[in-house]
Amino acid sequence: MSSFTLPEPAARRATRRGSRPGRRSSATPLAEKAIEWSLLACGLVSILTTLGILAVLLVEAVGFFEQVSLADFLGDTEWTPLFADKHFGIWPLVAGTFLTTGIATLVAVPFGLLAAIYLSEFAPQRARRVLKPALEVLAGVPTIVYGYFALVVVTPMLQEVFPSLAGFNALSAGLVMGIMIIPMVSSLSEDALHAVPMALREASWGLGAGRLVTIFKVVLPAAMSGIVASIILAVSRAVGETMIVAIAAGQQPRLTLDPTVPVETMTSYIVQVSMGDTPTGTLEYRTIFAVGVTLFALTLLMNVLSRRFVKRFRYGASR
Amino acid sequence: MSVGVPEIRDGASIRRRGRNLGERAFVALSLLAIAIPLLILVGLVAHTLSDALGRIDWDFIVGYPSRRASAAGILPALVGSLWLIGLTALIALPLGVGAAVWLEEYGGRSRLAGFIEVNIANLAGVPSIIYGLLGLGLFVRFLGLDRSVLAGALTLSLLVMPIVIMATREALRTVPGHLREAAAALGATRWQVIRQVVLPMSLPGILTGSILSISRAIGETAPLIVVGALTYMTFLPQDPGDPFTALPIQIYNWVSRPQEAFLVNAAAGIMVLLVTMLTLNSAAILLRNRLQRRIRR
Amino acid sequence: MTRARRTLVALAAMALAAPACGGGKGADRGAIIEIDGSSTVYPITEAVAEEFQKTGGGRVTIGVSGTGGGFKKFCAGETAITGASRPIKPSEVEACDKAGVKYVELPVAYDGIAVVVHPDNAFVDHLTVAELKTMWAPEAQKTVTKWSQIRAGFPDTELHLFGPGVDSGTYDYFTKAIVGKEHSSRGDYTSSEDDNVLVQGVSRDTGALGFFGFAYYIENQDKLKVVPITDGDAAPVAPSVETVATGSYQPLSRPIFIYVALEQAKRPEVAAFVDFWNEHGGKLAAEVGYIPLPDKAKALVAKRFAARTTGSVFEGKGATVGVSVEELLERE
Repeated sequence: MSSFTLPEPAARRATRRGSRPGRRSSATPLAEKAIEWSLLACGLVSILTTLGILAVLLVEAVGFFEQVSLADFLGDTEWTPLFADKHFGIWPLVAGTFLTTGIATLVAVPFGLLAAIYLSEFAPQRARRVLKPALEVLAGVPTIVYGYFALVVVTPMLQEVFPSLAGFNALSAGLVMGIMIIPMVSSLSEDALHAVPMALREASWGLGAGRLVTIFKVVLPAAMSGIVASIILAVSRAVGETMIVAIAAGQQPRLTLDPTVPVETMTSYIVQVSMGDTPTGTLEYRTIFAVGVTLFALTLLMNVLSRRFVKRFRYGASR
Repeated sequence: MSVGVPEIRDGASIRRRGRNLGERAFVALSLLAIAIPLLILVGLVAHTLSDALGRIDWDFIVGYPSRRASAAGILPALVGSLWLIGLTALIALPLGVGAAVWLEEYGGRSRLAGFIEVNIANLAGVPSIIYGLLGLGLFVRFLGLDRSVLAGALTLSLLVMPIVIMATREALRTVPGHLREAAAALGATRWQVIRQVVLPMSLPGILTGSILSISRAIGETAPLIVVGALTYMTFLPQDPGDPFTALPIQIYNWVSRPQEAFLVNAAAGIMVLLVTMLTLNSAAILLRNRLQRRIRR
Repeated sequence: MTRARRTLVALAAMALAAPACGGGKGADRGAIIEIDGSSTVYPITEAVAEEFQKTGGGRVTIGVSGTGGGFKKFCAGETAITGASRPIKPSEVEACDKAGVKYVELPVAYDGIAVVVHPDNAFVDHLTVAELKTMWAPEAQKTVTKWSQIRAGFPDTELHLFGPGVDSGTYDYFTKAIVGKEHSSRGDYTSSEDDNVLVQGVSRDTGALGFFGFAYYIENQDKLKVVPITDGDAAPVAPSVETVATGSYQPLSRPIFIYVALEQAKRPEVAAFVDFWNEHGGKLAAEVGYIPLPDKAKALVAKRFAARTTGSVFEGKGATVGVSVEELLERE
């Protein structure tokens, strides 16, 4: 793929640490430093948050793993900590999360990207000003509403098409989740696409490339960092979504990739137990934290891997 | 910024060239991609509205909860949600934009920046109820804020900050390098470049992030319950230290009651929530549109 | 830029001004009675609080963190009263002891668990506990799938089961009463925390059987058919206000409770609230779909609170099946 990279001096300079244009020495170096440090402090809040979350999770999770071995946790294929016959294998919950998130991503990425491309490249200004916010409303509908929508409207509708579909299933929940996260992909990708300078497009047209070719070979790659960031954000949102799956996907932990049966995700399990009747301080209650730690670890893995992936695509006309 | 060539920002003006079949098919497909979710949204809203229409009246909006569905109102929940949104915006937006500015303008490729980046991406995926547990332990108990609006808002701020940061970063990245260089060439310090060139230009993108994050915050239920939001109160929060309830919590409570009249109340509550969110979003969107018009590329 | 900045400031001002427009009753906070706990007890608590506040007795706030979450806050001294759909459990007794929180345990109402089927289901006119056990026991998972396996003479229709989630007090009590052991049931039934969802599920499925709180049956009688239950000896009894209150609907009747912190009970408004509850709670409970305590039990509860008797009659062992409130309170 012959991609278009501007050989701007800024692109080379920006690879060095902290090298953004601006005078280093100024009349008020202290003020500059103070500003830099207060901004850094804002960034450190995120580290403190992570530490806080880890503290909250690990304290209880350690208690959990004192009673349940890691081998059981990772080796067992059933998750029944609240039943009399207890199993503590995490995989059914992971499968549930994976299934619903996968379906949601399969919905959100195509819809979101197509919408973003249309809004940025084809839509007249007025249409863009109306449609973009309209899509953003999707992100604001409360998740309980989506949950009941999935349960009461989407599932019966799908049952007409697939009669074997269970009342609670991963498909409805995944589809509705996908709809909810479309604006994350569409709005942020659209911002990224819109910001690609006209000059790139014109240069491409000037070379004789058609509209679609320009979009796919010039504009899209130039905006790739923003697009991938939006997808990562959307997928993270889907992984962490609680209410929609709690209401519509069911509460039966099941090691399966079948979207037509009830499953339980890591998040809906956490909600079920923390808002339920289990007394705090018991092994059953501590399962919340074990599941929370697993979720955290999985998200971390996903993010580290996607960062490696993103680095290979980062062009960006401003670098 | 192109010199000498007339600005063609409008996709429609290209239409004069005439579209080939491939382009037309693509446009049709992408219009479908926009239409389907919007139709679903309209269907959802219409479905709720039909249930809610008879129920929403002034009494409902300024009333207090009751065991009798017909007498129940939503005022404490509405005011509580507004408090939460106001405080969350005040806390999360400056912190989030500040963090993004540091990452983008000062952090560069340092290891600290990379570490913070991974943190933020990770935090975006932590389920909201975990933030609730964190908020309970940190804000309610450790900092002694008790079950107050402030504790709830701080918890929600932590929840939405990753969204604000990631959206703001992308917005900052869209500012072309040569503008920064031009400002520097004129003698601006780094902070002056940021404050007077970069931030104003990325404001639309920052607003997008704010819209998405506030929309997220207004619909959250589980973390607020864990932090101590109430389901029933017959007075309104007067300052950040007061107890509170919120719209999604009230809706969730009504939805699970056996009496059918409460389901109608729930639908009415949902409409109030959607209208509130739309109003907040619209204000931000209007602002974003106005700002984007001024920015010429 | 100034115009945009002005708009931003206006927005911020709006966001902050809106709450201030609240005004109204919040002016004097005074003494607040903080209540939390089970979502089962909540409707009654709400009704009592509503009426109590009309008498000008004081402010009440109610949270719904669940029985377990409620106890956590209660034993941390954060609430004055906690509602529970089951008696206090050993780990919670320990937590309260450690924190020095003493409590008075007060039953406030009965909740019946109704077993229901689809209205068009003509072949079920009653069920025995043994038959229910066949349906719900852990061994039934994947093996008991048809009505014909429950009783000879039942048709071969597929059996679809609906019930509350495994973390709900209703499920706990049902399994203890029917299967004999808490949390012991098959796992392959349709479960939901929201009983309305279960109502919908059963009312749409001719082969369905479900169980949930009495209040949800009463509100949906036109969509469901209730199944009278028998222990094996007595004639089958259907749940109703009378049968649950007199204790003839067994074993699926259970008391629900509030726990009052002894320290907090020293506050006049808290004591007034609990007394008000004892006095009027029965009528209000009936309004929201629960069964009021019979007069004798009510008197015993009032006596218990007046004496501020602390501790749990269940000795921290959790729910007991088939014992009436009177018997329990008289044990003390």
